[in-house]
Amino acid sequence: MSLLGRIVAGFGRMILALVTLMLSVLLRRTRRRREQAERIVPESSPAPAAENVVVGLLGVATLLALGFIVVYAEWSAWKVSNELLGICLGLSLAFISAALTVVAKRLVVTEEIEHDYPPERHPEEEQQVTQLVRESGSGITRKRLLVGAGAAAGGALGVAVLTPALSLGPLWYTDPLYRTPWKRGIRLIDETGRPYAAAEIEQETFYTAFPEGASTEDIASPVVLVRLDPSQIQLPRERAQWAPGGILAYSKICTHAGCAIALYRKPTFPVLEPRPALVCPCHYSTFDPATGGTVIYGPAGRSLPQLPLMIDGSGNLRAGGNYSGPVGPSWWGVRSGKAT
Amino acid sequence: MSDAVRFIDERTSSAPFLQKAMRYVFPDHWSFLLGEVAMYSFVVLIATGVYLTLFFDPSLAKTSYHGVYAPLRGASMSEAYRSVLDISFAHKAGLLIRQTHHWAADVFMASIVVHLMRVFFTGAFRKPRELIWVIGLLMLFTGLLEGYLGYSLVDDLLSGIGLAIGYGVALSIPVIGGPLGLLIWGAPFPGTHEFESRMYIAHVFLLPMLIATLMTLHLALVAARHHTQFRKSPKHTERKVVGVPMFPGYAPRSLALFFGVAAVLFLLGGLVQINPIWQWGPFEPYLGTNGAQPDWYLGWLIGALRLMPSFDVTIGHYTLVPNPFWGGALFPLVVLFILGAFPWIERRLSRDYAFHNLLDRPRDAPTRTAFGVAFLTWIFLIFAFGAADRVFVLFQLSYNTQLYIFRIAIWVIPLLLFFGVRRWCRELLLAERIEARQEIAEEEAQRRYAPPAAADPSVPPVRITG
Repeated sequence: MSLLGRIVAGFGRMILALVTLMLSVLLRRTRRRREQAERIVPESSPAPAAENVVVGLLGVATLLALGFIVVYAEWSAWKVSNELLGICLGLSLAFISAALTVVAKRLVVTEEIEHDYPPERHPEEEQQVTQLVRESGSGITRKRLLVGAGAAAGGALGVAVLTPALSLGPLWYTDPLYRTPWKRGIRLIDETGRPYAAAEIEQETFYTAFPEGASTEDIASPVVLVRLDPSQIQLPRERAQWAPGGILAYSKICTHAGCAIALYRKPTFPVLEPRPALVCPCHYSTFDPATGGTVIYGPAGRSLPQLPLMIDGSGNLRAGGNYSGPVGPSWWGVRSGKAT
Repeated sequence: MSDAVRFIDERTSSAPFLQKAMRYVFPDHWSFLLGEVAMYSFVVLIATGVYLTLFFDPSLAKTSYHGVYAPLRGASMSEAYRSVLDISFAHKAGLLIRQTHHWAADVFMASIVVHLMRVFFTGAFRKPRELIWVIGLLMLFTGLLEGYLGYSLVDDLLSGIGLAIGYGVALSIPVIGGPLGLLIWGAPFPGTHEFESRMYIAHVFLLPMLIATLMTLHLALVAARHHTQFRKSPKHTERKVVGVPMFPGYAPRSLALFFGVAAVLFLLGGLVQINPIWQWGPFEPYLGTNGAQPDWYLGWLIGALRLMPSFDVTIGHYTLVPNPFWGGALFPLVVLFILGAFPWIERRLSRDYAFHNLLDRPRDAPTRTAFGVAFLTWIFLIFAFGAADRVFVLFQLSYNTQLYIFRIAIWVIPLLLFFGVRRWCRELLLAERIEARQEIAEEEAQRRYAPPAAADPSVPPVRITG
């Protein structure tokens, strides 16, 4: 036996002896009395070995718990303290669990007992409850009127109590969903506030742009900028002037579930994927920038709103107006109103 | 000891109740512990959650980070995200508690699902325990929302993406979706700053209280009707419950399980990284990331959202059913409704209106088992498709190919499994019956042709024990 084992065993025996002594003194009187009464649980034979094991396990758990405190206190001295804290606390709990398992399996009385399931019904009590309710209301003549009045008061009060919840947000007022910060003439800027020049927009990559002077947190703000070969672009006729120099801008917010369209797919399989496309990484809705943001793949049910562009005198990109439609996920009125 | 008992009894008059409670019978089977794993995970969730509230700042106010984690120094972020970074790096033991909290949520949901399967396939939900079943389902779905809000509070990039999808699903509810979304968020996504407070009170108070209340009801009803049991011996009948009493037999076992569950959760929290929020960075509505995955219990919804073909149902200029509604709202509600109504559907179809305290083995109810396997497979396949992008990255199996395979497989495989499993159960039952008949025939043959022998004293009588 190792030194540690001997120490643990000796420590365990000492505690055990102390506890036994204390219990025997305390219980001396009551034990005599109890022996006369009939036992409830069957007798079990003593298992001193199992008791030693339990004491040993609890001893280790105690040390590990103390170890947790030490690691916590010496936090900066340890590089891997999160792991050490987890090991100390986790293993301390595990050793207590092991000790309790030994207690359950070896030390406490294991018995199997039977009980009756509760009866399916209590017909007498059921009948009494019914009778009680019925008789209590026997003096009432206009039951329906009373119930109606009660329901009206209760309902009205219920609605009244819930009314303040309407302060949460606008009620049946969806104008904010159509609103965008874009207007004709607003410059397109990047994250740092620098305006985009038309000349710097290259093919086969994409740029995120915001309206100058607006919050970047508004989901109607961000647009993706891409440049395509003008010969590829097949916009609807009314948008013919929206892509000066082959530069196109679309809302960056997916029309499916509102994630940001963070992927720009370059053509990898020319037959299947002839052109670059805008892809949302959440559910892989894919939009074709050449045809006005139409859905070519994935679950989205609406085209990406397109932002008309123009190039000002100093060569910077500006919005030519508002989006082709409301931004973001679809709702009841998304197709019945314009972006405002 | 007797003095203490007398003190309590004289003041609470609870000795009769205590005596009864201590002798409450727990039938013995390992699968009956699954619900307890969920309950003990919940205890760990509450304990670690309280610790986290001492440091978490539920505010979307912008701040500039100057903390321990060098790569994010100088970044603009919300106080919420900043405080969770500090919990992870600056506060002693903070990361351990945070990771343990996250692991506990995952284990809580997992043990509920496995417990649900145990209850389903053994018919434990039958009369008189239908309400316990329904309450359990409500806990599962409340837990789902609770977990979602939990990781949404952090305001890292992943939580923001999750909220964007939640907003998309809210807006997609027919007719009322738009106003409802604005009501909850207070403004178009990402909403007003108050939205964080709304999530916070729901996550740390309303939903935990609801789960605790449902759990109490769940347990009270189990105790009122007593636990179901398997027919392990002739002693186990519809009228008598056989097992280990709460005290002294069961209490140490259950406590051991509690410490065991807590041990596993803290070891996971210490040793296995989960949701390393510092890698995702702060959320901005215009940022996204590829390969984003939610916690496992939301995987079935992302799978359903991705599987849907591209269409919005429109009436004239109005959009009746925006696409995310199918996968994000209708699908889970259908699952909840079918599972919730199942006890009554089964009663109607099987015309079995009787009381049941004894459990079925899965084969004893071939149609139920077959339906359960098919239904769970349907959900599991949709769940599995949620990982199709990862499968593509790992195995180079085209996402598009997977999409079309899954769109067919989620209907065909469950259907095949339904008939296959039903057949299998019936064959098993038949084999048992034939075996039993053969045994009877053999005994009879022996009795008829062999001379009656005196009982062999060397063979002890068969004793069946629990």
